[in-house]
Amino acid sequence: MTDILNALVALSNFVLIPGAAYGAQLALGALGVTLIYGILRFSNFAHGDTMAFGTMATILVTWGLQSVGISFGFLPTALIALPVGIAITGLLLMGTDRTIYRFYRKQKAAPVVLVIVSMGVMFVYNGIVRFIIGVGDVNFADGARFVITAREFKEMTGLDEGLAIRSTTLITLVTAAIAVALLFWFLNRTRTGKSMRAFSDNEDLALLSGINPEKVVAVTWLIVAALATTAGVLYGLDKSFKAFTYFQLLLPIFAAAIVGGLGNPLGAIAGGFVIAFSEVLITYAWKKVLEYALPESLEPSSLVQLLSTDYKFAVSFAILIIVLLFKPTGLFKGQSV
Amino acid sequence: MSLRAPLLFVAMALLIVATGLVQGWNLALTILNMGLISAIMSLGVNLQWGFAGLFNVGVMGFVALGGLAAVLVALPPVPDAWNAGGLRLLGALALGAAVLVAAVMAWKRKVGGRARALVLLALLIGGFFLFRAALDPAVQAIEAVNPSLTGYLGGLGLPVLVSWPVGGLLAAGAAWIIGKAALGLRSDYLAIATLGIAEIVIAVLKNEDWLSRGVKNVIGIPRPVPYEIDLQRSEGFAAQAAGWGLDPVTASTLWVKVLYAGLFAAVLAVILVLAQLALASPWGRMMRAIRDNEVAASAMGKNVTARHLQVFILGSAVCGIAGAMMTTLDGQLTPGSYQPLRFTFLVWVMVIVGGSGNNYGAVLGGFLIWWLWVMVEPLGLWAMELITSGMAADNWLRGHLTDAAAHMRLMTMGIILLLVLRFSPRGLVPER
Repeated sequence: MTDILNALVALSNFVLIPGAAYGAQLALGALGVTLIYGILRFSNFAHGDTMAFGTMATILVTWGLQSVGISFGFLPTALIALPVGIAITGLLLMGTDRTIYRFYRKQKAAPVVLVIVSMGVMFVYNGIVRFIIGVGDVNFADGARFVITAREFKEMTGLDEGLAIRSTTLITLVTAAIAVALLFWFLNRTRTGKSMRAFSDNEDLALLSGINPEKVVAVTWLIVAALATTAGVLYGLDKSFKAFTYFQLLLPIFAAAIVGGLGNPLGAIAGGFVIAFSEVLITYAWKKVLEYALPESLEPSSLVQLLSTDYKFAVSFAILIIVLLFKPTGLFKGQSV
Repeated sequence: MSLRAPLLFVAMALLIVATGLVQGWNLALTILNMGLISAIMSLGVNLQWGFAGLFNVGVMGFVALGGLAAVLVALPPVPDAWNAGGLRLLGALALGAAVLVAAVMAWKRKVGGRARALVLLALLIGGFFLFRAALDPAVQAIEAVNPSLTGYLGGLGLPVLVSWPVGGLLAAGAAWIIGKAALGLRSDYLAIATLGIAEIVIAVLKNEDWLSRGVKNVIGIPRPVPYEIDLQRSEGFAAQAAGWGLDPVTASTLWVKVLYAGLFAAVLAVILVLAQLALASPWGRMMRAIRDNEVAASAMGKNVTARHLQVFILGSAVCGIAGAMMTTLDGQLTPGSYQPLRFTFLVWVMVIVGGSGNNYGAVLGGFLIWWLWVMVEPLGLWAMELITSGMAADNWLRGHLTDAAAHMRLMTMGIILLLVLRFSPRGLVPER
């Protein structure tokens, strides 16, 4: 019996909890991608670097707060800085839309042109981030590191396996839940949210019924700024901030959005967790869990790791290909053009 | 034909000559050589985007596969490693391939939905574990052979020039797999799929030590041109260098670069001629017809997806050739140095700035953007020094700005791309 409990604890400690946190971060990222796709109808390659920019802005504000001696008790200071970071990122995105994207929207340019434009934006954002904060690792998490440490858990329960819950994990899950709840409340209950959904479903009909497209687009960018910055800050708190890692998040985020069905917010959340758990499950070395779960005679001698962690991109890619081959509109019905 | 393109090419040549006069011929030739390679990559992307409107953001992966070809073809084999586990490894790879083929065949059978899915699943999962069981011991045995120097199977020991077409073939194979899965769907899906395959190729190069030593890098790839040191030792060359008024050391470095430039220019010329012929042929017209209106083209009986697959493979192969050439020029394969911003997105800037759909434009873009990429850093540093010249020497902002000049490149490239897209979307040398 204790063996089963130990196996469960080890599984939660190394797979379920980190997977859930990573899934929440991906889901927030994928929500941003999917919203832009639904309203502006292009795949935004600059999204990873938008997340990096938002995180950078938040880090700078955090440093400012820390230097004047403000902290958030056992919570990381970055959470107080987050709204300011969102505002700065919102300004940047609105400015980008005004100076760059609007021109192509007015021209009714093909989606692929907008994708290439977003590539240029990606370069510029990436340049800005490198310019201001550099390319190194930045660790900006402060406050309490653990809610429960492995040792406390062992003493509490008397099990051999410890369950460590890092405070960033808990913060990630709570913040992501709040963000998603706010987003769905906004999309389903408010007038602006409803006009956004109408615009996404049928642009011409929405325009005929008097919806102001510029307002819809502006609100979309603001929401995207909030989602991207939150996702970026949570990821940065959980791991650390490095401009290049954020660019690489683009692949799992897109995979999540496509798996869920591009343009479908619910799908983006589901997709985020599907991708995150597959990555963690496939790159986790199962030896420890199996040692507890299986009778001694069946115990594995190797690590039982299906793929080395360096191949985590391969996992999101493989899922992406499977979905593309068998269900191109995604698990939840998304748009397909 | 207008004078625009020739004039722009002359201007580009003058830029390189000016670089040679101001900053030395060694740098000018270095820029020229990478410019030639960039021009080939740019031609490859232009085939896909300019001819067919396919959005490939996995250029880095195809370039890296070309680099892998240089290692697999040119380096001498490591007999101990082959004895330790070479055949077992080949057997494991064959087993993996057989499982995949069997899975595809099972999928193609038009019988029963659920039964087929279960068989497929069992086949893939069972096959994966069998594959790993066969592969892992072989890999361990190979990587244990003198890991600090070899620890991999080595190559075939053939002349390095053979690796250029082989690099093209490897890239074409990868492109076929991607194209089969992602073509025929919406255009963004191909983009995401190619983005993924590029990351996977790099992950394989970094982690599969038995293949190309992973991050331990493969150095000393044989050259198609003589070594500087041999030139300096030869009597005839020293006499000739004296005739040019150069000391043998400088003359030998320059001469080696000139030889490389000759080889690369020959390849570029062949590919450019082929691309021009293709563009003017009925096949090229069909491609452009498909690009401009897929619905109309398929109504005329053209198989859009098959043609897309064709041109996607061709363009990727060209990128693979360029990748093999680049690794040959570097003389080493360093998987850590492959960055998507440098190898995928920069090539895209080249194509867009040069003029998508026009082969001459793509070539010009390759040279120009490469020249800028190299030059932005010294220019940025110079500009920063100018801006900060009024500040105190220990001012933190001054230090930060001078350090940040190194990151000017990405921003400059982004701004150039955005400006060209906005104000001259057809590029420097537009398609007619």
